Amino acid sequence: MSDVVEQTLSVLPGLLGQHDSGARPRSAGASGRISATSRLGSLIRSITALTSKHEEEKLIQQELTSLKATVSAPNTTLRLMKECMVRLIYCEMLGYESSFGYIHAIKLAQQGNLLEKRVGYLAVSLFLHENHELLLLLVNTVVKDLQSTNLVEVCMALTIVSQIFPREMIPAVLPLIEDKLQHSKEIIRRKAVQALYKFYLIAPNQVQHIHDKFRKALCDRDAGVMAASLHIYLQMIKENSSGYKDLTGSFVTILKQVVGGKLPIDFNYHSVPAPWLQIQLLRILGLLGKDDPRTSELMYDVLDESLRRAEINHNITYAILFECVQTIYTIYPKYELLEKAAKCIGKFVLSPKINLKYLGLKALTYVIQQDPNLALQHQMTIIECLDHPDPIIKRETLELLYRITNGQNVIVIVQKILDYLKESKEEYAIMNFVGKVAELAEKYSPSNEWFIQTMNAVFSVGGDVVHPDIPNNFLRLLAEGFDDGKEDGQLRMYAVQSYLALLEEEDALYPQKFLQVMSWVLGEYSSLVTDVDPEVILTKLHSLLKKTFVTSETKAWIMAAITKIASHTSCSKTVDKLIQEFSNSLDTCMRQYAFELKHLCEDKALMKNLLPFDACCNDMVVDASLSFLDGFVAEGLGRGAAPYKPHHQRQEEKLSQEKALNFEPYGLSLASSMSSSGITGRQSPTGLSFGSDTSGNSAETGHKETNTLKLEGVRKLWGKEGYLPKKENKVGKENETQTVSCGSLLAGQVGDPPALQSDQVASLSEEDKEKQQLASTLFIGLGSSAGVSLMGKADTATQKFKRKSKINETQNIEEASGFQNSAASDFGPLLDTVPADIGDCEGNICTRLRKASLGSSDTVEDNLAFETPQSLKESDLDDRLSDSRLSQSSLFADSNIEIFQPSPSSQWESASKTPLIPSLPEELEELTHSEVAELCQSDALALYLCKVWTDDSLLLTVFVSNKTTSAFNAVNLVFEEAEQFQILESPTYHFPVIEAQSVERCQKCVWMNKICTQGVLSGSVDYQSEMETHLEFSITLSLLDFIRPMAITTEDFGKLWLSLSNDVKQNIKMPSSQDSLPAALNTLQQKLKLHIVDIIGNEGILACQLLPSVPCLLHCRTHSGMLAVWFRSPCSALPDGLLYQCQKVMEES
Amino acid sequence: IHFILLFSRQGKLRLQKWYMTLPDKEKKKIIREIIQIILSRNQKTSSFVDWKDLKLVYKRYASLYFCCAIEEQDNELLTLEVIHRYVELLDRYFGNVCELDIIFNFEKAYFILDEFIIGGEVQETSKRSAVKAIEDSDMLQE
Repeated sequence: MSDVVEQTLSVLPGLLGQHDSGARPRSAGASGRISATSRLGSLIRSITALTSKHEEEKLIQQELTSLKATVSAPNTTLRLMKECMVRLIYCEMLGYESSFGYIHAIKLAQQGNLLEKRVGYLAVSLFLHENHELLLLLVNTVVKDLQSTNLVEVCMALTIVSQIFPREMIPAVLPLIEDKLQHSKEIIRRKAVQALYKFYLIAPNQVQHIHDKFRKALCDRDAGVMAASLHIYLQMIKENSSGYKDLTGSFVTILKQVVGGKLPIDFNYHSVPAPWLQIQLLRILGLLGKDDPRTSELMYDVLDESLRRAEINHNITYAILFECVQTIYTIYPKYELLEKAAKCIGKFVLSPKINLKYLGLKALTYVIQQDPNLALQHQMTIIECLDHPDPIIKRETLELLYRITNGQNVIVIVQKILDYLKESKEEYAIMNFVGKVAELAEKYSPSNEWFIQTMNAVFSVGGDVVHPDIPNNFLRLLAEGFDDGKEDGQLRMYAVQSYLALLEEEDALYPQKFLQVMSWVLGEYSSLVTDVDPEVILTKLHSLLKKTFVTSETKAWIMAAITKIASHTSCSKTVDKLIQEFSNSLDTCMRQYAFELKHLCEDKALMKNLLPFDACCNDMVVDASLSFLDGFVAEGLGRGAAPYKPHHQRQEEKLSQEKALNFEPYGLSLASSMSSSGITGRQSPTGLSFGSDTSGNSAETGHKETNTLKLEGVRKLWGKEGYLPKKENKVGKENETQTVSCGSLLAGQVGDPPALQSDQVASLSEEDKEKQQLASTLFIGLGSSAGVSLMGKADTATQKFKRKSKINETQNIEEASGFQNSAASDFGPLLDTVPADIGDCEGNICTRLRKASLGSSDTVEDNLAFETPQSLKESDLDDRLSDSRLSQSSLFADSNIEIFQPSPSSQWESASKTPLIPSLPEELEELTHSEVAELCQSDALALYLCKVWTDDSLLLTVFVSNKTTSAFNAVNLVFEEAEQFQILESPTYHFPVIEAQSVERCQKCVWMNKICTQGVLSGSVDYQSEMETHLEFSITLSLLDFIRPMAITTEDFGKLWLSLSNDVKQNIKMPSSQDSLPAALNTLQQKLKLHIVDIIGNEGILACQLLPSVPCLLHCRTHSGMLAVWFRSPCSALPDGLLYQCQKVMEES
Repeated sequence: IHFILLFSRQGKLRLQKWYMTLPDKEKKKIIREIIQIILSRNQKTSSFVDWKDLKLVYKRYASLYFCCAIEEQDNELLTLEVIHRYVELLDRYFGNVCELDIIFNFEKAYFILDEFIIGGEVQETSKRSAVKAIEDSDMLQE
């Protein structure tokens, strides 16, 4: 293996003897060796000295008890605490519960010095999981450490953040981490990118606004930072490859540089430059180039080079080659590359190293559908692998065969897979392959007998892990039949015969699903077989019913089958016996079935009607409204019975009753007192002011759940249960007489397993022949001529069992389910005429019910919302913008922006001096914009400003007007950099020349970087006339300039609401002029450019966004003249800013 | 990478790192199952095992097994090299690493792992800087 390893091996023997003496005095210089003498060391040693599992348990319990006493003692030093933590981690690893220490781990991370902190953080990352309640307590520490000036502390905080961090608290650290992207140390930048990657994974919408920062990270001068950013890109491209096509060039260039060895030498791994980076890039390229000839074009060269460069005989180069091959076959194909890749696969497959062989097979499986000829080339190897002793190779080979199956080789391949399945015990593998066999059988079946037999094998091997679709599809296939009626009959008959034969065996145990299938088929089609007495079948089914291994679900199927058979026999002893037997069964379901059967048997005509022969696919007309019961109901009501209430209504009433009468004397009085005291003024997010009076707004309740501190969970840790550590089964074996082995880790490193003895195989010519034969059967139909058309799953021509008409079928099911649905609620178990579709029916019922309930709530909402003006709800962007244009003056009246009300005199003055009143070009004129106002002027120049509120930015249009009679050359307009604002593109603008008496225009798009209610953007104009001249100006920008309505649906609003965590609540007094909610919201909509999402009763939701894309959601509710506004946004400052604006607007109106 | 386990030939767990959230009970069950699967494997077989819908990639160094669970579409060989790189890092840090080093200084082994793999993704491929990061923090504490 590696050189390092070899070198270390030579040093070993001398060290081996020393370990027994405990502490090992080694000069290697690594710190921490001493700790072997510490208490941890003695703990470990005493554990290894023990002989039984029981003793170990005792010792550890002892240790845990003493640890618990130590950590909870107030005078424990942090240093000791650190020691304890390490021992706790050790106990936890051995499988003992040590949750009492979790809180102390957090404390240690918070209070300790660097070393202690590090252990604290480590313990936290090992003990806690992402949704652990205690994790919230860590947030403060992380924030503090992120702000620390000590690099190591920052590193630790970033490391923990990128491992576990509560999603709700991301906004608290996000800005800090964003700052770190500009840090001078590359390790900090890299870890910051990692943390952002983590955030992207758990809450993608919270980091949406920093996508451009990812781009910066991609261009970072340090390769480590760049590599870290690739994780984010791989993820984003996986989700949406079309959005990042423009980066293809960059990725290709990076890969070129990496492959060309341009990276620092310490990124090399066994003299291969940055293999992890290469593979990451290859994957990204594969995703980008998929089905895209133009993008693929860009990467052909670099892929070719990667293939060429990866020559060294080492695992890592093979890993790269494998990835290259996959990418080449994923992107738009190019012939030469495919050829090279195929050669590579060949090398892999033929390799004597078993790991490589496996990878070769995996690659082959991946490409086989594009290039079936490759399978032909390697057929002998594939055959060999079929009998390989390593199960993973065998499995991959079968996977490969599955992909090359066609009508001609299906029998052999299915046989091979079934053979494998019979030996395999792994549930997951069985599930996987059983599905595949069923699919192949359905698609390529050569004959009825084979099909039925294969399916029998599937059901008996698959047992009860088979996917429910398999029996359902199978039965549907039987029931619906094919285009050829005669064929149908034969298939069904064969099925019946084979099942009867199977049931003949007395003691056979069949899986439940198989029994269900059998009984359904027998029930439906047994009458097709004329030479068997129905009595015989009934007896068999009857005996099945009495078996103990049959579950009650299966019994239901069997009973249905018996009922069906009974319907076309005149009278049967077995049925009578059965009715008698089960009429007093303890199983209520069975008793019900027996009674049903009994009644049906008494009325043969009804029975025939109810259970027509071979009509399971036909529609059944059912009076779903149960109108025939109307008389009965009316009679009942007449006698004074209570009217029927549906379940949800009863539940609601029950709830409201509970509200009215509170029998608990001290229950939850806290919340109500808080709501009364906290009606005005800012409220903390957990001060639940909406006590009992709120309508069940789902968003609110969701919020309650996420933001209230979950006390129950915490209490447990200190409560009684916490002191009684649960006894858990210990991991490990009984023989604990294990002496710690002393050999160097790298000592006996197991080399790659020796070559498969393929030479041996060659010598056995007999065996060889057999294999040749197998090959010819397996790879038949894969020839170059037949190959392509036969491959792939789109191959419908050879599909044997073609479904009839799908639409019809689904309708049937739906109707059937409708029937079941309506009937089931009142009648209990009905005789099931379509048991084959039970699964689907249930599914449908669920969705139907859901739909129904949704529908009803919709209508409720509609009713509530009827007072909302329709126009208001549907007003689109333009309308709103024009609204806001009308109200501009009021919008900015308070913001001290004089430019909007230039004093008449100055206007007059400028007008008189220069006839140059600038105006917007036509294309901007259509957008909402402010009036053109003067910014400043000198003798020679005048500056005017117009704000244009475009959808995606604030467009500042500055007009520079030359008042003199001579032209100015080289006029430079420069905006000073402001903290709050970001000017897209460059902050300067250069006018080459401004003619005399003319106006030039410059436009800049601006975003708000840091939220403030108002900020000043200043700048200056330099121009050259007789002398150098400089003119300064400043522009006041308000937060509202950057707010745009956000059009989202109520549903999206709900989702977004739950994902946001910064919230601000405030009650605002509503002016008398607009005391209704719609009026107030209308005002807000017009003046703050908000989007009204929905208004329901006295509640309304609004949404807006701060450019470029920071959303802010509002929830408003009116009560007694107050407007309770609740903001939520990923950015903490935004709600404050908006709240201020809201207050102002409401005061003014 | 979904999780990494280090265990000895005797089936004793030496290190565990999970990059997925699972209840403790489940974890224990998985650990027991995996240790059993891998220890029962023949030395001549490949380094990969199918396990549920994941793949286990393992390698033995002296008496210690290193095992990673990866997804179907991940690159097995590369994972094998991840393991090897981790061993190299340990070797570099401890100077001639052996199982005892990991037993007695398992927290150090965790620190190195955290420097190398975060959230299941390989982060620091430069050996020098990974070890340096650990040594830096070691220095500061003294």
